[in-house]
Amino acid sequence: MPETIYIALIPLLPILSFLLIALVGRRYFPQICGLLGTLSLLSSFVISAIVAYQYFFVVGKVNGIYKQIIVFKYAWLQFNSNISIDMGLLLDPISVMMISIITFISLMVHIYSLGYMKGDPRISTYYSFLSLFTFSMLGLVLSTNIFQMYIFWELVGVSSFLLIGFYYTKPSAVAASKKAFIVTRFADLGFLIGILILSYYTDSLDFQGIIKKATDPSFIGSLASVSFMGLSVLTWGLVLVFIGGAGKSAMFPLHIWLPDAMEGPTPVSALIHAATMVVAGVYIVARLFPVFTFTCPDALQVVAYVGIFSSLFAALIACTQTDIKRVLAYSTISQIGFMMFALGVSGYGGEQGLGFMASMFHLFTHSIFKALLFLGAGSVIHYVHSNDMKDMGGLRKLMPITHLTFLIACLAIAGVPPFAGFFSKEEILLAAWQSNKLIFYAAIFTATLTAFYVFRLYFQIFWSKTFSAHHDQSDAPEHKHGEAPFSMLLPLIILGLLSIVAGLVPFGHFVSSDGEVLNTELHLGFSIAPVVLGLLGIGLALLFYKKENDKPNRMASALSGFYTGALHKFYIDEIYLFVTRKVIFNLIGRPAAWFDKTVVDGSMNGITSFTTSFSGWIKGIQSGKLQDYTLYFFSGLIGFVLLVIYLWT
Amino acid sequence: MTSDFFILMKSELSLVFIIFLLLILKVSDVFKSNSAFSHFSNVLLVLNFVFGFLFNSEGTLFNGMFYTNSALALEKNILNFGVLVICLQAFDWLKTHKHVAEFYILLLSTLLGMFYMISSGHFLMFYLGLELASIPLAALANFDLEKRKSSEAAMKLILSSAFASGILLFGISLLYGATGSLLFSEMPMLITDSPLQVVSLIFIFTGFAFKLSVVPFHFWTADVYEGAPVAVTSFLSVISKAAMVFVFISILMPLFASAKDLFYLILLLSIVLTISIGNLFAIRQDNIKRFLAFSSIAQVGYVLLGLSSGNSIGISASIYFLMVYLFSNLAAFGVISIVSSQSGKENISDYKGFYTNNKMLSWILAIAMFSLAGIPPTAGFFGKMFLVTAGASKGNFVLVGFAALNMVVSLYYYLRVIKAIFIDKNDEPIASISGSISHHIGLILCFLGIILTGFAGGLYEYIAIAFKL
Repeated sequence: MPETIYIALIPLLPILSFLLIALVGRRYFPQICGLLGTLSLLSSFVISAIVAYQYFFVVGKVNGIYKQIIVFKYAWLQFNSNISIDMGLLLDPISVMMISIITFISLMVHIYSLGYMKGDPRISTYYSFLSLFTFSMLGLVLSTNIFQMYIFWELVGVSSFLLIGFYYTKPSAVAASKKAFIVTRFADLGFLIGILILSYYTDSLDFQGIIKKATDPSFIGSLASVSFMGLSVLTWGLVLVFIGGAGKSAMFPLHIWLPDAMEGPTPVSALIHAATMVVAGVYIVARLFPVFTFTCPDALQVVAYVGIFSSLFAALIACTQTDIKRVLAYSTISQIGFMMFALGVSGYGGEQGLGFMASMFHLFTHSIFKALLFLGAGSVIHYVHSNDMKDMGGLRKLMPITHLTFLIACLAIAGVPPFAGFFSKEEILLAAWQSNKLIFYAAIFTATLTAFYVFRLYFQIFWSKTFSAHHDQSDAPEHKHGEAPFSMLLPLIILGLLSIVAGLVPFGHFVSSDGEVLNTELHLGFSIAPVVLGLLGIGLALLFYKKENDKPNRMASALSGFYTGALHKFYIDEIYLFVTRKVIFNLIGRPAAWFDKTVVDGSMNGITSFTTSFSGWIKGIQSGKLQDYTLYFFSGLIGFVLLVIYLWT
Repeated sequence: MTSDFFILMKSELSLVFIIFLLLILKVSDVFKSNSAFSHFSNVLLVLNFVFGFLFNSEGTLFNGMFYTNSALALEKNILNFGVLVICLQAFDWLKTHKHVAEFYILLLSTLLGMFYMISSGHFLMFYLGLELASIPLAALANFDLEKRKSSEAAMKLILSSAFASGILLFGISLLYGATGSLLFSEMPMLITDSPLQVVSLIFIFTGFAFKLSVVPFHFWTADVYEGAPVAVTSFLSVISKAAMVFVFISILMPLFASAKDLFYLILLLSIVLTISIGNLFAIRQDNIKRFLAFSSIAQVGYVLLGLSSGNSIGISASIYFLMVYLFSNLAAFGVISIVSSQSGKENISDYKGFYTNNKMLSWILAIAMFSLAGIPPTAGFFGKMFLVTAGASKGNFVLVGFAALNMVVSLYYYLRVIKAIFIDKNDEPIASISGSISHHIGLILCFLGIILTGFAGGLYEYIAIAFKL
């Protein structure tokens, strides 16, 4: 659809609203900035919906295959005839799915924030950041060129940094934003090197160009000779790209920033750290998927094992945390791990590509129910003014709608049929079963843990003890009724309804590894085990946490060593601190500082003093006398002639 | 044939028409005020610039003496644009000047000379153009009639020019003796690397090097830049240089085609000397016009670096860089000219605390400095990047490394200006300065140019296509 340049409006509307709010609105009409941002996002969402409809049902399919459409492309910096940095818009099933999801979740968060952030003096700044983030994320998924994606990738990082540190007077928020930025930035270095390696060997920065070249059999053959430490160079390139993705998607061991990122406003966590930005890593792997499967299956193995390990690891930690947002953060890591290993175990095309489709399907459903979980948690926090589960309990009567929608989200993530998460998780488990039994068993155990910890969360918040209003000052009458304002409830209700039905979408008809329709049917026999195990997890949580009792404590002391380890997040943060403080600072930092001070600065100072004295000396040549100038001119000429006589024959 | 004449020479004819029109208006005394005259002339220049994009075609006239094509038309348009901006920025200075009409007429005559020079197909034609481009310029340099320095500048310019022309003519006559032709279309085939021809080529090269202020033929530059009125200085540093680089590309490089190694050797030496000497002198300057003079010498060194690659990438990179340089330097001169005409201050130390009273001008000057220093995301970064890439294609990484090191040095003195503007304290900063609308338009054009040229990658493509050799 070449005439449909209006697609460019999808990312342009948010950036316009960012500019308008940041440059003008913040000063002149701060009170309507929220509305402005929401309206622009609404328009963006409507256009995305139209584009999705057009793509999936009208123009996208040619001979039964969804093709890639480049809506427009503009060479920004041309390096040589093949390599250029382009700015463009790419439509294919995954990017269309992503823009729908991003604009939808972002719209929900915009609406929700109207209530949640009400009264905050910096609400206009908040909305400008939200718009900037949405723009960057949309630009990222629509990129036609890997370098364009890198640019937006960094923009996403920056806007995430701004939003995490939104409460910049809180030291913990500042520390968290720095941590997030530095860790992901570190990973992005890998991404950049990966891009350079890929483009060097495939002679292209274009996704289409890279994929075409890298999956060419003769090219794969020619690569065999170029290897480094037993793996082909292209594999290294892809692993490095994946490291970048793992940084954004918070995969082990680069996950440490995500739990801390919960210092940002809760709707931000819902948007960025649950539904959109953190799946960027999954997206980049999916984008380069043909290269991963055809050329570098080794790199895909890395993706699979990192995914399953992060998944299991995060699920274990989630069982012990008491801050509700942290539990959700670890559950996010765990669920993204699911998406990652689903990609990792997938093949290309037809039934082989089940994992790819399942991963995208899970990305889709997870965005919905995880956003719902966060927004629900947000309204609980809004009411209780605390993040800690210990301050909650028995809220179900006070907040009936929040309770109901939260329950739906929990059922969805636990994989109880017929809620959304069930379908996508089944596909993932099936894909794992078909290709790697080890991953399958680990995954099914993680799924059980998932059911356990979300219901632990659910029971602790809404059941357990009766809600004691020790913190609830009697002079805050608006808190009496408990339920949040309508602008916060509306997104909860919409997302709740979607969490019930989203799984029924025949997802394989739209998104698959090769663009062909992939029919999926439920294997009832196969589903029994995961569902039963999931219910078992829920039952365990019910037993432990429905009423206040000491079973959890007894359990904890029985597993004392393991429990303490998980409670302290397996000391990963401490390991990082040890490595940076002790090892890097002492072994690299101090010597480097010494080198910098004495050798580098010394030589610089030397050069400076030489330059100044030399320029002072030659300044005398510029005497102001014309006859001198003519003399120099003539000597220069003679000098050249002599040079030619003696040097050049 | 006659229609060919009008179409192929339309840029020149348009200028001739404007010159005569202004002359008649001046004599008949139609305009009562200087402002009206300037406005009228500026409108004519805008039309002239627009006209430059129309009816472009390719062909030769007068038995190969005159030649034009789309690339040359593009070069002329760049010059047209630069002159337009200079005239817009000169508005405030000319308001009280006694000889507005003469300023325009002389300036446009110079430009006309450059056009003939660019389009010449024959050495004599080239020489005529060159002289037409230099003699009115000397008169312009003397345009601050009451200042002694201005007269000194004019004297130095005309005498040095005469000397350089002598050398150039000597080289041309030697070459004519050796080849028997002065037509550019024939000469490259006739040139061998016999000693006489090589020496004559060196003579011709120095003639060019003089105009480009390549070290050691640059000594006139600083004195002339300092003494001449700011508008003329900016013309000298931007338009003159750009025109000369264009001619360098279209005339000198083909001449040296059969002596490539020699050419590279000479260029190598010139680049090293020009960049380093230009930088070293720029560090010590306090007069901001002298400072820009030396920094522009260094910038020419970078252009030569791009051209030293000898291929079409280097050429399009140089043209692109010249365009960026035009925007950045004219922005800087635009600020300097208004400051100089309203407060009379021309030293970097006078700019201390400039930001307190002149926020907009400070930002524009700062961005111009950033662009000249080559800091992203200003256009200057892309310009330098393309140049260095082109230079690197020759494989001489020592030279490229040397140029890169010198960029660091240049950063020092460009930032010195920025430090003076924003950081240094001053008890009596320059008072608030208000320019005319014309001046604002000139500055805004440059400012947009600095920002947008970098982002519009298509521009580089456009140049590369025009110069597909």
